[in-house]
Amino acid sequence: MTGSAMDALSVLDRPNSYIGKTVPRPNLDRLLQGRGQYVSDLELPRMAHVVFLRSPHAHARIVSIDADAARRMPGVVAVVSGRELETVITPWVGVLSHMKGLKSAPQRAIAVGRVCWQGEAVAAVVATSRAAAEDAAEQIAVDYEQLDAVTDMRTALDPSTPIIHASLGDNLAFERALHAGDVDLALSGSDAVVEAEFLFGRHTGVTLEPRAVVADWNAAEARLTIYQGTQAPHMVQNIAALHLGLKETQVRVVCKDVGGSFGIKVHIYADEMATYALSKLLRRPIKFVADRVESFNTDIHARDHRCKGRIGVKQDGTITAFEIDDLTGIGPYSMYPRTSAVEANQVVNLVGGPYLTQNYRARARVVFQNKNVMCQYRAVGHPIACSVTEGLVDLAAAKIGMDPVEIRRRNLIADDAYPCTSPSGMKFERLSHHASLTKLLQMMDYEGLRAEQAALRGTKVHRGIGIASFIEITNPSAAFYGVGGAKISSQDGVAVRLDAQGSVICQTSITEQGQGSESLTAQIVGSVLGVSMDRVRVILGDTDNTPYGGGTWASRGAGIGGEAALQAAKVLRANILDVAAAILQSTPAGLDIAGNSVVDAIDGTPRIELSELARIVYFRPDTLPPGIRPELMATRHFVPRQYPFAFTNGVQASWLEIDTETGFIKLLKHWVVEDCGTIINPQLVDEQIRGGVVQGLGAALFEKCIYDERGQLTNANMADYLVPMSGEMPDIEIGHVVSPTLESELGAKGAGEAGTAGAAAAVANAVNDALRPFGVIITEIPLTPQVILTALGRI
Amino acid sequence: MIAPMPVSLLINGEPMDAVVLPRLSLADFLRENLKLTGTHVGCEHGVCGACTIRVDGEIVRSCLMLAVQAHGASIETIEGLSDSGEVADLQAAFRQRNALQCGYCTPGMLITAQDLLKQSPVPDRAAIRQHLSGNYCRCTGYQAIVDAVEATAKARAGRSA
Repeated sequence: MTGSAMDALSVLDRPNSYIGKTVPRPNLDRLLQGRGQYVSDLELPRMAHVVFLRSPHAHARIVSIDADAARRMPGVVAVVSGRELETVITPWVGVLSHMKGLKSAPQRAIAVGRVCWQGEAVAAVVATSRAAAEDAAEQIAVDYEQLDAVTDMRTALDPSTPIIHASLGDNLAFERALHAGDVDLALSGSDAVVEAEFLFGRHTGVTLEPRAVVADWNAAEARLTIYQGTQAPHMVQNIAALHLGLKETQVRVVCKDVGGSFGIKVHIYADEMATYALSKLLRRPIKFVADRVESFNTDIHARDHRCKGRIGVKQDGTITAFEIDDLTGIGPYSMYPRTSAVEANQVVNLVGGPYLTQNYRARARVVFQNKNVMCQYRAVGHPIACSVTEGLVDLAAAKIGMDPVEIRRRNLIADDAYPCTSPSGMKFERLSHHASLTKLLQMMDYEGLRAEQAALRGTKVHRGIGIASFIEITNPSAAFYGVGGAKISSQDGVAVRLDAQGSVICQTSITEQGQGSESLTAQIVGSVLGVSMDRVRVILGDTDNTPYGGGTWASRGAGIGGEAALQAAKVLRANILDVAAAILQSTPAGLDIAGNSVVDAIDGTPRIELSELARIVYFRPDTLPPGIRPELMATRHFVPRQYPFAFTNGVQASWLEIDTETGFIKLLKHWVVEDCGTIINPQLVDEQIRGGVVQGLGAALFEKCIYDERGQLTNANMADYLVPMSGEMPDIEIGHVVSPTLESELGAKGAGEAGTAGAAAAVANAVNDALRPFGVIITEIPLTPQVILTALGRI
Repeated sequence: MIAPMPVSLLINGEPMDAVVLPRLSLADFLRENLKLTGTHVGCEHGVCGACTIRVDGEIVRSCLMLAVQAHGASIETIEGLSDSGEVADLQAAFRQRNALQCGYCTPGMLITAQDLLKQSPVPDRAAIRQHLSGNYCRCTGYQAIVDAVEATAKARAGRSA
């Protein structure tokens, strides 16, 4: 890059910058008018529909499958068993080499010989309509021999419990132990040691559009086009090619509008693999759209943890040590390709993270069960770690009679102590726990609420305040998946070009599921180039038409994809100014771009509109001075190298009221202060946080996949599995502290999961605060009326 | 299986004749037969509200109604309400407030909100939350939607005053 005036001025400070401004997301009218294109909406010529016949048993041997009657049903194209599909697609094993000891068994697109959870597919029925396929599926007779189901994670490792995969030797998928400092010494020197067991309900993502895929194998091109609602198109391309025996160039993944993802759509599911394979086998487009019951039975579940925790504290409030023993059940297979060990691993990484003590001991065990698979869902591991940590901190405060805010003030890592490293080895570049807490207390009027709480106690109104500090992993480098052997890219790329009318086309490898990836890309590119956003068109979600990259997950879109956009736009800008200087007989340093024109860098006088510059470059290059070779397209990629992860931090507070007669909780208000580094679009950041909080509130109060002892999911529908609706949700007030990361010029760290990380912890602490006069402590979510009334001894 | 039956109805003001299986839901009829894919299907058991449409002026979950039951009815979907301009101000408020993320709940949410604003010109936030409480949104946490509906109500009240 040449020494233009641009270099002296940060791209964040340029006049007319969109960075830090609330602007509406581009192209929302499409969605507002019902004219989006979700995969569920897609139809292709000769397309057939697949319906999966799924196991009613949690664990059973498949004795026989009789599909003759089904094959004779009207509209049926094919009935395909797991054995037949094996000729087209190979099995997979969900392990990563850096998760030492992690093991799993080969999983197939459709079960062969045995089913391992209620909902595993045993046959595929392909027909000319979904209704015809469902009719035919009812005609398939499967003879099962039921096997003992392993359902309780607490006994999964007992010698008397059957082993789900004999070849693995036991039901232990993964174990990690960590010891930093000297926990025993610290605990023995404490004035009080408090312990509790924290229980977390297994829940799921409930994306409003279920998982959907259309796979189109074109035998004449020898090419598979996969239309899928996915967060990671290049990952899908890699995996589909690998298991279908194709080159990646033979697979194109297209992702248009996606009806919610939240981590649910970042994995590779067996039924999706089967759909790819069926298209290849049957040589025509095949569509699979999960129905709601299938979604509950097969979308990944998360958070099924039982975590014992201990904390040591001195009378002056000093926290001396944290200790945890976490147990989680992940279903019969480690999910592919990100694995199901990551959540427990995150819990170990994150417990105690906001606090000073370096004494920390942790064990996490991940066991197999005959239930649906568990894997990464929004804020992976964070709600567990935060609820355990913040629950223990409140218990310690109560034990020594200290205010919950005061104990945090005395133990949160000081804002000027960075960079520093946590006992689990997490490197923190710069966090702002104290500034965030101070801001939160102002926003919520902590003292005023305490007074109100005390006054209402006298009238038998039980209100509680809960505080939860948290850290959030964002912007993962190759340390997350790449070093473990997974072909999941941690870098992202952006290509930017000036078209012949002076508009800007921007292709990015990050994806959009409503977060605002398109908007943030356009805001950054427009700001850096000096072009108005209405001139910037962003293309995402197509492996044929974007640079290679990871996609949108782990709060990485803005921090990684945004920086790539910034760097690409800088190069294009320099290239434009080089051409402009030649045309205008000036120098690049003497020129700038503003308001869609090349302008004089000193006085801002417009010199040439970008449309005119583009016209000359594309149609009259003969008029350019000799030797000038314009390059009006630039591509840059970015990946963090200095820190394995960026970390954000924040603090949440909940204010709620409990009806001790009915056990119902009314959420009155929720506050969040968050530090996500540079804020590109304040409104989008706030809405990410609000949406994330409400997902956390769902886990806190309502959401739980209820399995019986035989491994049957008993509430696999939206009437029985409760999600947050507008009537029960509070208004959420949001504040910010800004500590940009210095790893990138943009400084953005990411904001997608902060809300979910701490919401349940804040609510649980508020519930215990409200119930303090009753002398009960609850360390279980969801906090249903039954849980509350049971704790109060009312039922 | 019972034989197909003829139905005649108005779709966004256009007369339409079709022959459908009696078991076909109105939601599937709109999406699959008429390609009106703005009506979304989320749960197919009447809980999520994504398939909300208007039938003879009343909001209805189109997954809970059969196409044959709509014989003689006037059906309005998000496509029709958009083209007529009836909800243009509500859509603008949603855009301005970022009251949608993935957009899958949005058509149903807009139609339900419009229903409230027709019944109750200036509802308070609690009334808005109550009226929208049958429409599931996983993305926004609802506050932005409540804000957008409230702002639209106030703007309409200001215009009519």
